[in-house]
Amino acid sequence: MSERDNILGRIREALAVAAPMPGQDHDTARPTPVLPSAADQRRVLPAVGQAFDEQLALFRKNATELRADFRLLQDLGALEAELKEISAAEGWQRAASHGGELTKAACRALGLPVLLTDQAFDKRELARCDVGISECDALVAQTGSVVVTSRSAGGRALSVLPPHHVVVARREQLVPDLPAALALLKSKYGGNYPSMISFITGPSRTGDIERILVLGAHGPKKLTVLCF
Amino acid sequence: MSTPAVQFMQDARRLSADLRHRRIIQTAMGNYEVVRDQRKTAFQDWQGARQMVAETKWEAVNHLDRHLEQFARNVEARGAKVHWASTGQQACDLILGILRAKNARVVVKSKAMTSEEIHLNEAMETAGYEVVESDLGEFIVQLREEPPYHIVFPAMHLTRDEIKDVFQRKLGDAPSNNPEELTMVARRVLREKYLQADVGITGANFAIAETGMLSITENEGNARLTAALPRTMITLIGIEKVLPRLEDLALFLPMLAAMGTGQAVSCYNTLYGGPRQPGETDGPEEYHVVLLDNHRTALLADAEQRETLHCIRCGACLNVCPIFRNVGGHTYGTTYCGPIGAVITPNLRGLNEWQHLSYASSLCGACSETCPVKINLHHHLLQNRRNASRRKPSWWQKIAFKVFAPMATKPALWSLVTKMGRLGQKGHGLVKGSRLDPAYAWTKTRDLPPIAGRTFKEWWRARP
Repeated sequence: MSERDNILGRIREALAVAAPMPGQDHDTARPTPVLPSAADQRRVLPAVGQAFDEQLALFRKNATELRADFRLLQDLGALEAELKEISAAEGWQRAASHGGELTKAACRALGLPVLLTDQAFDKRELARCDVGISECDALVAQTGSVVVTSRSAGGRALSVLPPHHVVVARREQLVPDLPAALALLKSKYGGNYPSMISFITGPSRTGDIERILVLGAHGPKKLTVLCF
Repeated sequence: MSTPAVQFMQDARRLSADLRHRRIIQTAMGNYEVVRDQRKTAFQDWQGARQMVAETKWEAVNHLDRHLEQFARNVEARGAKVHWASTGQQACDLILGILRAKNARVVVKSKAMTSEEIHLNEAMETAGYEVVESDLGEFIVQLREEPPYHIVFPAMHLTRDEIKDVFQRKLGDAPSNNPEELTMVARRVLREKYLQADVGITGANFAIAETGMLSITENEGNARLTAALPRTMITLIGIEKVLPRLEDLALFLPMLAAMGTGQAVSCYNTLYGGPRQPGETDGPEEYHVVLLDNHRTALLADAEQRETLHCIRCGACLNVCPIFRNVGGHTYGTTYCGPIGAVITPNLRGLNEWQHLSYASSLCGACSETCPVKINLHHHLLQNRRNASRRKPSWWQKIAFKVFAPMATKPALWSLVTKMGRLGQKGHGLVKGSRLDPAYAWTKTRDLPPIAGRTFKEWWRARP
């Protein structure tokens, strides 16, 4: 017998005796648990508001509290200008990105040498880039999170290796809450998921020394979300 | 008495009188309580949410065979290799086998309590591999050659000066005791290790059966890098960590963060489904998932205590426990400390040797009240006490109850004994708290209040 069969055998033997449901005694008649629906989850999770503008304001509030930099812009042109301004202010020499529609436009405007992670690349070179510019799958109002995947945002390392992560997004990508974000992933990728899906909520942080917040523990010290 | 119990008593006595230690822990916990409560009140119905996740975990654990098989099938269909380990030794051997096959030299790890449980680092280091913990707290305790102090905050017992000292001693680099500068030293050192590492090892918080994905929650980005840079990735996870559906994370992620650290959600919540897929340009070429039993099926077989497998390792019960806050994490001498550790360790490592942990509790119930998945922790401590004394009753308890039973069942004898007690206590004041006191074990650190002047029966008879 393989260890798999041994373990599954022990599990089945153990489960022959039923356990009481949470909050019930052993001898209470036991209904089968119903896993919560998205509507059930929304009834208990933090409120997000009905209107789109309300949710956008919530995303801004959450992102700001998390020390992410959220900038809402008129159009793609304004976004390109904003990115150039940040680049000049921070003195970027070299950027990394991937070949998405928005990132292509942003990088063209930037006028810097750009390492693209769509083809095979050297991880040491990526580590030397000043910024990683990526698209995303969704912005989550409830938590101020940016959802990226290995397919939509240039692989696994782009959003976490360079010291500054810039996300370019359209405002239609805002979803109200976590149930909506997970449902979106399911309908977009169901059956053929990317190998990595990450909910990024603010720049990398640690509190491991005397519980004092320090940004940029391993991942980016800065997270900027440019949205139009 | 057994060694772990003696060690526990000695360390507990020393640390509960150590005011410096207590101050560090109280400071670390002060802000946690504030932000945790803010997060809880942000929920529209926190108690309703607790019931939902408790029922979801019930479903996962009570149909564990089905969900595990589904998980394994789905993650293997995406190119991962699933390994099953009945014991910690088997898991270590499996992982060493992978390291050998990959000709690995440097292994980078992100935080995994399961790896502490099976002493994986020792096994890898003995076999000659360089092993680097990448979570800052874990990195610090690894440099200090000590186990993590807390399952979420491994280095919470250390001051910035102690951390500066160990950086100076082991890395030769500690510009100051400023937390930001120290963090940046670790970032630089570990960045280089990431780029050198051949294999990355992670733990995981949840395994999603429906989609065959592993969910890892972290704040630093160290697990993200561990899963992005080395060519081989290994995830070690206990079999009880499975969740039925992807959408279950909508509650588990914010509740884990609220109770663990007081955040809305942690900085990185990442799902990994297999190695690098066709069309992807980075990420590991090989992905191994090691499913660990290591006595979890024994806990599963105890229907009364099965719900302890619902634990999501948020650490909330440690943070509220008056015992943990006075004796600290190392005193337990176990991988999992605090109330959840006191409940599961006797079941994982031997009831009689570890039963003393079930008594390291005031039974105040703060742990059960805070637990996001509603584990009835303090009741399980009582059950452990019952099980341990049923299996191996202690001789002095047997004598004590032999003496107590006739007294408690014969009213005349009871009234005689209480009268004698009252009489005896008159003289007790002379020796109370001194070595001559027969009740010294109690009175050396506690008071013994006087027995009432008359018994209830006497009062009842005398009432007008």
